[in-house]
This record gives sequence, structure tokens and C-alpha cells, in this order.
Amino acid sequence: MATTTPEKSERPAKTGMTRRQRKRLSLWIQYAIFVAIVLFIVFTANWPQLKEAFFNVDVAARMFPRVITIGLANTLLYTVCSFLFGLLVGIVIALMRLSSVGPYRWVATAYVELFRGLPALLVLFFVAYGIPNAFPGFEFPGGFLGQVTVGLGLTAAAYMSETFRAGIQAVPKGQVEAARTLGMSSGRALVTIVLPQAFRIVIPPLTNEIILLTKDSSLVYVLGVTTQQYELTKFSQDFLNKAVNPTPLVVGGLLYLCITLPLSQLVRRLEIRHARAR
Amino acid sequence: MKSFGPIEVLKHINLDIHAGEVVCVIGPSGSGKSTLLRCVNLLETPTGGKIFVGNDEMTDPDVDIDTVRRRIGMVFQSFNLFPHLTVLRNLTVAQTKVLKRSKEEAEKIARANLERVGMAHKEDAFPAQLSGGQQQRIAIARSLSMSPELMLFDEPTSALDPELVGEVLAVMKGLAAEGMTMMVVTHEMSFARDVADRVVFMDGGYIVEEGSPDHVIGNPQHERTKSFLARVLNPTAVPLGDEFGAPLAEAPAVITDSDLIDNELDPMPGFHSTRSPD
Repeated sequence: MATTTPEKSERPAKTGMTRRQRKRLSLWIQYAIFVAIVLFIVFTANWPQLKEAFFNVDVAARMFPRVITIGLANTLLYTVCSFLFGLLVGIVIALMRLSSVGPYRWVATAYVELFRGLPALLVLFFVAYGIPNAFPGFEFPGGFLGQVTVGLGLTAAAYMSETFRAGIQAVPKGQVEAARTLGMSSGRALVTIVLPQAFRIVIPPLTNEIILLTKDSSLVYVLGVTTQQYELTKFSQDFLNKAVNPTPLVVGGLLYLCITLPLSQLVRRLEIRHARAR
Repeated sequence: MKSFGPIEVLKHINLDIHAGEVVCVIGPSGSGKSTLLRCVNLLETPTGGKIFVGNDEMTDPDVDIDTVRRRIGMVFQSFNLFPHLTVLRNLTVAQTKVLKRSKEEAEKIARANLERVGMAHKEDAFPAQLSGGQQQRIAIARSLSMSPELMLFDEPTSALDPELVGEVLAVMKGLAAEGMTMMVVTHEMSFARDVADRVVFMDGGYIVEEGSPDHVIGNPQHERTKSFLARVLNPTAVPLGDEFGAPLAEAPAVITDSDLIDNELDPMPGFHSTRSPD
């Protein structure tokens, strides 16, 4: 920088600043704008009213303990059930997609394309109203929880099967060859050698799927739920109406973050560990 | 005979290996030696011809492939240890699941074989924690744990650092001395010379020359064998007229037909091989 040619050193002379000075000025301006905006918000916002509306301790206190015992508990229950259902169906669909039997592959591909293309809400409606409408007298196994499990799980299974397929295909071909040369049948090699390795590969993306399902569980209110079946979102919304105050939404939101933030932190760690192990 | 699509990889192969014999298969890349080896335990299915191991015809469509494969151990270039299992479990998994040995018996056999390859102190390690040479010795021990009658080695030292080659070859020498029947695809000429009862030289899918190591390596008859061995045994020597100079700078202004014919390397006149990569 010290040895610039005469022509080049003349150009910045118009502003009278070196390149480093200009860079510093630009940074200062960016900080100044940020500080100005923060100060504007601090001085113009009506803090007492904001606190009264969104962080009303009295309203929040009244939500407990039911927001935990009913809201959070149901959200976790719906998430875990639909995840397990999706996991099982997802593995089957993934194996079908990798099958050497053509019709299995076609059915599995059709399933994945169908359920990835439909909104989760529509699938939920279909399970809750479409099927009972078409077959009067049909009782869904497991009742309401069964409807939720299947309604959310069918969509999740489509995404998870793609994750599994990628995981199974990521296991090197040599692993199967080694297993087969030791006399294992193809099914035995799949169960003992390939799937355990595939599971390790898919744990991070599957954890992401749990996060998505946790949020999607808020959709089940459309099935018409009793107060005992409220999950976090419906519970918070119901409380909002009773208390005429939006604090419940903030509490509900924070509780969602209590589930999702540790999970996404876990995903990040698993990914780092996986990258190191490679 | 073995074809990949329109390319014939193996042609007119007729090879007998007697019990207790050590046969080394040498030859350039793409000559079909790995394919031949993989045909023996049907990791590749021959397009035509018959393969017998003991009294069992491997190519018989009714043969129980998993049963006959148990009697044939195989060691791969890339080791193919199961990364999700400890060293000991790598050795016992097929014994318990395939041979239905008890856990105690399998571990006893596994430990004896680990001892044999000098890896007994690493039975609780995972493969990723070990060097390439250690992994390959464990892979050999894993095959031995199935009590095979025949061992196939597919370039067992090609993926190893030069300083680790010796420990693996030492284990293989020990095996040969114990009377194991071995078929070894290798580029280690000194191993072939010292250990093999018979050396088979392949090129272009044909067995070009076979016989005792002294005969094939020490005193090759065929032109192709001679030129291959000359290059392998003296990798830095460049035959006259085969230098990789700067051809454009030195190329004659007019290229005549006779120039082309003179420069073309035709090691086996009248023998034009169809080559394909492994």
C-alpha cells in the first residue's frame, strides 16, 4: 500500500483519505445507523404497555402448571407418536425404493412424491374427516391419538424415507461385499451391517425431522380437540382469549424453543462429530 | 467368460488351484485379475463357464451361495472392516450370526486369530483408531475366524503406506507356511517370488503365462510378460523411445506413416487385447 504508483495515489486524494481510512469510516457509519435505530426504539416504545401485554407475570403465572401438564405434554406426545410412526413407515418405504422388485419401487416412489407434495394440513383433514366420511362407522384405531399419529406421520414418513434412502446408499458397497463373503445372506447383511451404519448417518437429519414435527403438531387443533387434548399452540391461543392478553403466546413460544433449541444444538454437535469421524 | 455389457473382461480362463497351493495373479490394471478373483466367490457372476470350489459348482444356479461362501475367505484392498463394531465384534459377528457358534466359542476363536496376526491387544478398539496395516491384519483374522478352506486376497497391500506393507505380507507368509490355499492378486513381485507356488500373469482378460515364480518372474517367455515385469521391477527405468519428453517441441515437421508404426508400442504382436478398467 505504501508503494502506490503516482496515478493511483492521486485518485483517493479527491476525498483526501487513504483506503484504510475510508474502510474505517464506512464501518463507523454502519455502527452509527444500528445505534440510532436501537435508541429510537428504546425511547419511542411504550415499555410499560409492552410489558403489560407480552410479559404479564400475572397472566403467565395463571397458565402454570396446566401449560406444562396439558400443553407441553400433549405437544411432546403427538410429536413422539407421529415420529415413531413415520420412522417405521419411512424405513419400509426406503427399503421398497431400494428394492430390486419394480412394483415395490414404483409404489414407494409414488408415496414419496404424493406426500411430499401435499400440505400436512390436508393430510390431517383427510385422516380425520375424509376417511370417516367415506366409511361411516369406521373407528380409527387409537382414537384421537391414532388420527394424530397417522395424520402427521404419513407426511413425515415421506421425508424420512428419503433421508433413510440417502443414508443406506451412503454405506460403502464394500461393507455389503465383506458381509456377504462372510456368508451372511443379503437380509442379514442389511440388518447387521448396513442399517446400523445408515442410522448413524441419518441421526442429524432425523433430529431435524423431530423439530419440524414438533412445530407441525400445532396443526392438530383443526381436528376439534377437547381441553384435555390441547397442545401448546391451542392451549396458548385459548388462554389468550380468556385472559384477553397476548402473554400466553409468548409463554407458548418460549416452551417450543425449550424443545427445539436443544435439539438443533444436538444436531450441530452430531454433525461436527460425524465430520470428525470421517 | 465374464462380460460387462459389451466388453468381455475374461476370456478362455482355465485355472486349477490345488489344496494348499499359493497362486499369485499378476498383471496390469484392467487385465481382469480382480474380476477373476471376484468370480471365484461370485461377487461377480460369470456370464459363461463354470467355477468349482472343492466339489461345489459355484456357478450352479441352485447352489446355496451363502453356504459355499463361508468356506471362502476374502480380503479386500480397502479392508472393509465394519466401522460400527469393535475389533472383537468384527471377528465374532459372522461366527455367531452365520455359523451359530456360541458367544464364548466365537470369542475364543476370534482371540486366537487376533493373536495369530499380532493384534490381540486391540480387541476393544474401533477400526478407525487403527492404522491401515493393522486394519488389514484384522480383516485377515476376520476371514480366518470363519475357518475357510480357501483365502482370496484382492490387492491386500495396495491401499497401504509403504512402511505398513511388510506387516501384512508377513501375516500372509505365515498363512502360506501353515498350508492355507491362497489366491492372491498382487503387485508385490517379491512376495509372489518368495511365497507363491505358482504365478499367473494376466493381460487383456487372458491368462498369458503361468508357471513357477522362477519361470514367470525370473525367466518370462512372453513379450507382454517381459515388458510388464521390466516396468514393475524397474519403475524408474524408461525404455528408449518411450520418454515423456515435450513432443510438440521435438516432433518432426512431417509425420510419416513409418514414424507412427515405429513409435507405437505393441508388446504382443498379433495379440490385440480388449482392456477395460477393473
